[in-house]
Amino acid sequence: MRHFWAFLFLLVPILGVLTFLLAPYYNHAFPRDISEQGHVIDQLFMFILSLTGIIFVGTEVCLFYFMWKYNGQSNAEPVKYSHGSHTLEVVWTILPAVTLLFIAIYQMNAWADAKMRRPNVPVTAEVTGRQFNWDVRYPGPDGELHTPDDIVRVDGDIHFPSGEEVLLSIKSADVLHSFFLPNLRIKQDVVPGMQQYMWFKCREPKEVVDIVCAELCGWGHYKMSGRATFEPRAEFNAWLKEKAAEQNVRQVAQAKEEKKEEKK
Amino acid sequence: MSTITADAHVHSHDDHTHAGSFLSTYVFSRDHKIIGIQFLFSTLIWFLIGGLLALGIRWQLAYPWSSMPILGKLVYSAEGGQIAPEAYTMLFTMHATVMIFLVIIPILAGAFGNFLIPLMIGADDMAFPTLNMLSYWFMWPAFFAFGASFFVGTGPASGWTSYPPLSLTSEAQMFWLIGLTFVGVSSMMGSVNYLTTIIQMRAPGMTMFRLPMTIWGMFITAILQAFALPVLTAAGFMQLMDLKLGTGFFIPEGWSASNSLRASGGGQPLLWQHLFWFYSHPAVYIMILPAMGMVSDMLSCFARKPLFGYKPMVYSIAGIAGLGFIVWGHHMFVSGMNPVLGMTFMVATMFIALPSAIKTFNWLGTIWGSKIQFTTPMLFALSFVSMFIIGGLSGIFMAATPVDIFIHDTYFIVAHFHYVLFAGTAMAVFGAIYFWFPKMFGRMMNERWGKVHFFLTFIFLNGVFYPMHILGWVGFPRRLADPYHYETFRHLLPLNQFMTWCAILMVTTQIIFAINFFYSIFFGPKAGRNPWRANSLEWQAPSPPGHGNFDFQPIIYRGPYEYGSPEVDEDYYPQTTPPPTDRPLAVPAH
Ligand SMILES: [Cu+2]
Ligand SMILES: [Cu+2]
Repeated sequence: MRHFWAFLFLLVPILGVLTFLLAPYYNHAFPRDISEQGHVIDQLFMFILSLTGIIFVGTEVCLFYFMWKYNGQSNAEPVKYSHGSHTLEVVWTILPAVTLLFIAIYQMNAWADAKMRRPNVPVTAEVTGRQFNWDVRYPGPDGELHTPDDIVRVDGDIHFPSGEEVLLSIKSADVLHSFFLPNLRIKQDVVPGMQQYMWFKCREPKEVVDIVCAELCGWGHYKMSGRATFEPRAEFNAWLKEKAAEQNVRQVAQAKEEKKEEKK
Repeated sequence: MSTITADAHVHSHDDHTHAGSFLSTYVFSRDHKIIGIQFLFSTLIWFLIGGLLALGIRWQLAYPWSSMPILGKLVYSAEGGQIAPEAYTMLFTMHATVMIFLVIIPILAGAFGNFLIPLMIGADDMAFPTLNMLSYWFMWPAFFAFGASFFVGTGPASGWTSYPPLSLTSEAQMFWLIGLTFVGVSSMMGSVNYLTTIIQMRAPGMTMFRLPMTIWGMFITAILQAFALPVLTAAGFMQLMDLKLGTGFFIPEGWSASNSLRASGGGQPLLWQHLFWFYSHPAVYIMILPAMGMVSDMLSCFARKPLFGYKPMVYSIAGIAGLGFIVWGHHMFVSGMNPVLGMTFMVATMFIALPSAIKTFNWLGTIWGSKIQFTTPMLFALSFVSMFIIGGLSGIFMAATPVDIFIHDTYFIVAHFHYVLFAGTAMAVFGAIYFWFPKMFGRMMNERWGKVHFFLTFIFLNGVFYPMHILGWVGFPRRLADPYHYETFRHLLPLNQFMTWCAILMVTTQIIFAINFFYSIFFGPKAGRNPWRANSLEWQAPSPPGHGNFDFQPIIYRGPYEYGSPEVDEDYYPQTTPPPTDRPLAVPAH
């Protein structure tokens, strides 16, 4: 086994590529994409994966070939007394530079769409991260946030209309959190003292997906989860109405309670 | 080779070879070699602690909430060996803290920098030996502060990045910040010393472009430290003041958390992230450039061939250092930083991949047309190249801002930096220990067991870290005590169990290394001055070198990579060997 080490290193590209090829068959790849814009990110990921994959295989196989060919035990030729090559240096500086520049420019539009071009629609809801829950506040019938008819939910069950652009106003009540919807390929940290927006569009009519907190926010970070339900506008409105009614009942009951207290 | 030079030049060093006490020779030593070895032992002990902390993390990810055998029973006896969520947060916080601040940075600069710089440039010691001693002893308050932080409350609990305002709610944060400050002071003392020594104390004939790549790595690292560290230290003090003195640098107006309302405010949590990453991105290079240098030296030596493209290698290190200061924002793409700024940082980050690519191609060029000797250090050096390719390429995914939206704070990033820092730097450090062990202790380490150690570590490290890319592809978030709580990630449990077993086996494998290391210090076969038939200057000194390092005055005639030179019969040509025409005049008169 004169070439044992060379072949060990050959396993790196073989198993490396095989892992990525097989993973999707075992559902170990992107979670299902239910968004309208997520495929842009997926395609960019796959594009970079193929590009880096080619470079990976090329360089690793080259490393293997040199380890095999220039093994001191078998290579009888004298070593090439070379200190480098100006031409090669120029080639392998310019080629990666052009490739990197291409990737940099190629993705700018996707980034701008995801983070800079806020759609011109009214705010669907305000989401607030709080140790360790996602609170949501819907504007209610008047379409204005922070008015008495707002519908507030603190049970992590958040509904959004599907098939239309959703604009969220997001903030934090205490420490950093990150609002991450893996199935929609979006993520944004929420920062105390800062109000931010995020937007997305679900293309499936009805979906229930995980809301993940992706920024460490304390001991209970792991359980700061929520469920996002996407449903057609009519169902969403009905749900809102139902929750508004529930809230009214609760508020009336509370008010009665308070009056009783006062009388005593 | 070295015998040509006359004994007459063994001067001045003996003047200060005082017959000091044990304490002044081995404990409060001002000799760079002893200080280097002190750093080496301290950091190796912390390496073990950091590794055990990692096993705790891996256990929880494979068998959440089930009691951990042996270690768990020992540490969390009250919980029946179960890791509580607070404890889990502490585990990953301290794993990173220990590995970065107490292992990688001090083992590269403190241990190898100290030991190698004077030997490789032909100096009898560092420029400021007392400052050098202090740089080691200032690590001890850091050891105590970080050590104490484990026992305060539930331990530091805001990650190694310590993002406020969360970090301001942790009781142990004060100890953590004090530890960080002392590590910073120690590194600063070291870097000032290294810069002065490399600039001022090179032996005659040792021009800057005859320095080995190891020294270039150390030199640029010292520059990075000197310019970036003050920012982190200042930021650390600001956080300490927010924590204890009621200031509000990082606290927004009207902020409250964990039932404590803060009157102060007007600060910005993002400010910390900017200041922290302004240091911690260059720190990534502080943690890899010296390793790249050492790998270059080992590759050329065991390829028996000159290093390919020496000057491009030097320029690319310098390029990395320059660009390294303007890319920190790539850690903050989804932090709430202005997205326009994100685009700027993205372009800069793409370009920092370039010097790394140039270096990789040059390493491949070095072994092209060579005669490779598969020694243990060479295997580790080759694996550095192979693994660095993976770690380098995965960086491009995160530099691409839209992709980063999805993979930010997932296991993809965890895979990336473990390929750079463990599969890269830690493997290079293992190689460097095998390579320079004969110079440090005068004896050889066992080659056969060294190769077993390499083989098992190489297999298991890929078993632990490679699947992390796949986890990241699914969006598996980092820092979660129980990720299976989410339906999206529930099916990833078996893969995590596989990774955990690889991690357990990898840590166990290190027992082979530990035994080999300690056995060889006392019983390894004696090494001569130059067991690897290498060119660079340290191999011309005795093994181990005495006080003052060289028993002759080194004069440098050429660069350190003249292997296979047609000018001589042997396949190496040490830096101190005079050219043939000069040989009659070998005894340098000065
Ligand atoms: Cu969280
Ligand atoms: Cu960085």
